[in-house]
Amino acid sequence: MSVVDRQEWDVVVVGAGGAGLRAAIEARERGARTAVICKSLFGKAHTVMAEGGIAAAMGNVNSGDNWQVHFRDTMRGGKFLNQWRMAELHAREAPDRVWELETWGALFDRTKDGRISQRNFGGHEYPRLAHVGDRTGLELIRTLQQKIVSLQQEDMKETGDYESRLKVYQECTVTRILKDGERVSGTFCYERESGRFFVLEAPSVVIATGGIGKSFKVTSNSWEYTGDGHALALLAGAPLLNMEFVQFHPTGMVWPPSVKGILVTESVRGDGGVLRNSDGKRFMFDYIPDVFKEKYAQSEDEGDRWYEDPDHNRRPPELLPRDEVARAINSEVKAGRGSPHGGVFLDVSTRMPAEVIKRRLPSMYHQFKELADVDITAEAMEVGPTCHYVMGGIAVESDTAAARGVPGLFAAGEVAGGMHGSNRLGGNSLSDLLVFGRRAGWHAAEYAAGLTGEGARPPLDETQIDAAAAEALRPFSAEGPEAVPTASADGAPASGAHPPENPYTLHQELQQTMNDLVGIIRREAEMERALEKLAELRVRARRAGVEGHRQFNPGWHLSLDLRNMLLVSECVARAALEREESRGGHTREDHPAMERSWRRINLLCQLTDPTGGLAATDPVAGQIDLVNETTQPIRPDLLALFEKEELVKYLAEEELYE
Amino acid sequence: MATGTEPHLNSGGVRTGTRAAIAAPHLRTDRWWLAPAATAAGLLAFVVYSTWRAFSDAHYYAAPYVSPFYSPCLAERCGTMHAGPNADLFGSWWAISPAIIILIFPLGFRLTCYYYRKAYYRGFWASPPACAVAEPHKKYTGETRFPLILQNIHRYFFYAALLVAGILTYDTVLSFRDEHYNWGHMGLGTLVFLVNITLIWAYTLSCHSCRHIVGGKLKHFSQHPVRYRMWQWVGKLNARHMLLAWASLVSVALADFYVYLVASGAFDDPRFF
Amino acid sequence: MSSYEARFKVWRGDVKGGGLKDFEVEVNDGEVVLDIIHRLQATQAPDLAVRWNCKAGKCGSCSAEINGRPRLMCMTRMSVFTREETITVTPLRAFPVVRDLVTDVGFNYDKAREVPAFVPPAGVGPGEYRMMQEDVDRSQEFRKCIECFLCQDTCHVVRDHEENKPAFAGPRFLMRVAELDMHPLDAAADSGLDRKRTAQDEHGLGYCNITKCCTEVCPEGIKITDNALIPLKERAVDRKYDPLVWLGSKIGRRRT
Repeated sequence: MSVVDRQEWDVVVVGAGGAGLRAAIEARERGARTAVICKSLFGKAHTVMAEGGIAAAMGNVNSGDNWQVHFRDTMRGGKFLNQWRMAELHAREAPDRVWELETWGALFDRTKDGRISQRNFGGHEYPRLAHVGDRTGLELIRTLQQKIVSLQQEDMKETGDYESRLKVYQECTVTRILKDGERVSGTFCYERESGRFFVLEAPSVVIATGGIGKSFKVTSNSWEYTGDGHALALLAGAPLLNMEFVQFHPTGMVWPPSVKGILVTESVRGDGGVLRNSDGKRFMFDYIPDVFKEKYAQSEDEGDRWYEDPDHNRRPPELLPRDEVARAINSEVKAGRGSPHGGVFLDVSTRMPAEVIKRRLPSMYHQFKELADVDITAEAMEVGPTCHYVMGGIAVESDTAAARGVPGLFAAGEVAGGMHGSNRLGGNSLSDLLVFGRRAGWHAAEYAAGLTGEGARPPLDETQIDAAAAEALRPFSAEGPEAVPTASADGAPASGAHPPENPYTLHQELQQTMNDLVGIIRREAEMERALEKLAELRVRARRAGVEGHRQFNPGWHLSLDLRNMLLVSECVARAALEREESRGGHTREDHPAMERSWRRINLLCQLTDPTGGLAATDPVAGQIDLVNETTQPIRPDLLALFEKEELVKYLAEEELYE
Repeated sequence: MATGTEPHLNSGGVRTGTRAAIAAPHLRTDRWWLAPAATAAGLLAFVVYSTWRAFSDAHYYAAPYVSPFYSPCLAERCGTMHAGPNADLFGSWWAISPAIIILIFPLGFRLTCYYYRKAYYRGFWASPPACAVAEPHKKYTGETRFPLILQNIHRYFFYAALLVAGILTYDTVLSFRDEHYNWGHMGLGTLVFLVNITLIWAYTLSCHSCRHIVGGKLKHFSQHPVRYRMWQWVGKLNARHMLLAWASLVSVALADFYVYLVASGAFDDPRFF
Repeated sequence: MSSYEARFKVWRGDVKGGGLKDFEVEVNDGEVVLDIIHRLQATQAPDLAVRWNCKAGKCGSCSAEINGRPRLMCMTRMSVFTREETITVTPLRAFPVVRDLVTDVGFNYDKAREVPAFVPPAGVGPGEYRMMQEDVDRSQEFRKCIECFLCQDTCHVVRDHEENKPAFAGPRFLMRVAELDMHPLDAAADSGLDRKRTAQDEHGLGYCNITKCCTEVCPEGIKITDNALIPLKERAVDRKYDPLVWLGSKIGRRRT
């Protein structure tokens, strides 16, 4: 069984999105032999979907911008739950990371004087987002991809082999982090194309696998977002942080079914689009919370005047923060005032002439024309909330991106937690990828380089490899329920009369559960039901079986991904049940207020069975333990960037007067 | 729909080696053959017509109109055209139609034109007949070697085409005379010539080589605002290059045919004033 | 909302062989071909291999041939077909098949490596780059490319002639050469690399006979032929076939 091909590297990067590629570039440039491993083809990662831009306080458009302002905006956006040191590093380093892209060939949109143009975005005080039309993510991924190719070209010149120091294993999946005691020793992987197993032996592993959106039914995320990195870290013994914070974007497409969840950009509302229910009413006026009463228009007339004259009128309530709008849409639909396909109407057709719409919103015009056959210049769009981003993630050291408690494990990008607190600002994710991708690559390379001398590197453990191989093969020998209850059932002959579970069905049920019970508005009883349902799915998932063979078999791949989605979903549900307040991306109907006392509390998820042997886990009790942890106080010089009146809203008494 | 019954025509194509085993050379269900067939028919019609007219050596001048096929007329055998585009450069030894001398230039321009290349590679050579339809050739080297590498001289034909267009412009100016060479008159032929010369210029200036020369070759548009403006303008025309190629092809044939009708006496040029 | 049963023929098999398999499958309003393929996976053929990712026409993963035409499955709406029509879906036919609808697109990654990367200008540090919008417009159009490789698949130079693959980079990577040659700050020339010349000498520009299929299939609407390939051919002409330019450079007049 354990005759598995193995290769030795210094650093293995799991994931080839913005963070993974940036980490790989950094590690390779610091001399580490680096392997990147990704589920899709090289250059197809979910980063390509990012539209708006990269937030970086370069001050090209408004010279008043600087890192302190960016830091402030980020902390406010995250409701002060952010790991402040990460937010500081992010704000300080983002401009350098963007400029560096230009030296690798990126072509951003320009200002009149030839510098990188920057645009306004929600929550950012100044125009701050470097962008390329509405395809900034594509530019980012392509630039990093081409930089990797250029490094490979250099290696080709020197060594005669493109892949001698930097190799991309595309269409491969990692199912386990291998360890030697506490330390990382490598990864267990399979090739999606052939189903062949292999092991990458390395002392440093950087996890950069992105998010978890595929556990929800309606999501803007791609199939890759099955929470692999979160689960790998958990299984390797690293804790996840604040997993209850999931961002729902208020406007995703709801129809046709094929594109349900795909984003409808915020600029539709910014340019004058209004939200209506099935009665034709602009319902957002009914949903202005008291704290915002002064800042938003109270009548349609005033709201309409704001577009022309923002200085003397208040903005329309369609432009409330994302979480408010998402909740309002949710309530309207639940009250039976939704659109035919379960959303609400977002209308620009009666607000602007057709040619203005086409000029200002070209990509939206085409998106609806091509995917929904809807002409947004003539009729309203149907939109509804969609799962967009997870703020929570692997708990990491701010400066080094090292995962806690597992030497050699690093994490960057969406899979890492802390940076965005309870809510992420638009544009901050691309800069996050670059800043912390680089830091992860840097420290991973440094850690690997530090392990010199005979026997310094952690050796592979054959029994772990065998166990990982058996785990990955289980779906091919799935049996009826009789054979399931204990781990020893592996390989036992089938005796049950029931057919194996269909992984696609299980996945659909999981998505429905998370969407309905741990979605945008959360209630204690529903989340408890979700946990029960998750336990049931977990049992059934162990019987997930597939036909055919290992060569490019999507059913098999999904069966393996189910383990990760179930683990991560349990983390989200448990943390959400625990946090009895509403903050950012976590809304509790039974605890609607933000509590200052909760600001200092981080919720850490850990595996109940620290050996990571899932087979031994009791399906009812669950696999996850929660730990409450009090955060470090914010550094005084950073606190001093805020007015006292503002801090009072967020910080507990004792924090203010320390 | 095509089926897998046709014999293997190509050595290294879609039905070979490690590619998905599908016998059919293509699976298109639309009328993909229509465009190349129509193109071939149109081009063929023009070739037949122009060959007849070019070699006929007759009915190419009816004062004040000269057929664009015979302008400029550069042999001794050319008829007299008062102040017209004729000059006895070649003398009496040129024994065949004088159209041949000059037609080589517009012909070469169109033959090496990026649009016409596409049209006849698809229509005549079936290389490829249509997108994702297997071509019937064993080997393919494209424009990498003689003779097709000569397509690269398109630019010289463009320069020549500018001269020819200049002369045809001159002819059009001359058409504002009556049959007695008095200025200030206009007939139906004048109108035909005006339309033709407009289309000829539009086609010539919309050429890809022209687009390259006026600005496309620059690395920094920002340092050459005038050429940048010109490049944008040519680019707009260039987007309609195919349309202009056909329109001017038809118009030049029509202009010639009009002269033929008038010169042969089959039709009397209606005079406006 | 109406649904109906559609007839599909989907190619199944691997490098050892295979063929078109018939399916009858439910189609609902507003669906695209990729939805139907997913329904087949979930209900009738769980091991049907298909490559996909973003499902919004932004990543270029789900390239296939639908009724013989290279297309993205996620951007092909079922409403463009009649209900009576049998819809044939095959893998890309210019590349080696792996399984079912998945092909080995490694050719493209090999070609990507053969195009020398952007050469940063000497003495210009990060943050000091100044480029005008009109100077980056052209390259930005080419950078819209999502690398779906439909142009590479449809190009007859390699689709119909496997033997040309070593010599020909294909439209996508000739466009990459054009992109770099038009990049306002690319300093390849200073490092002794003449992209105009290598386009023809090393990347096989001469094989292109500008029959425009690449432009026809591009889901991003990039004018590959008119804006990248032909300008690149003209640039090669500048270098190799234009005696006026040659004379000019001999006399020492520098072109910009």
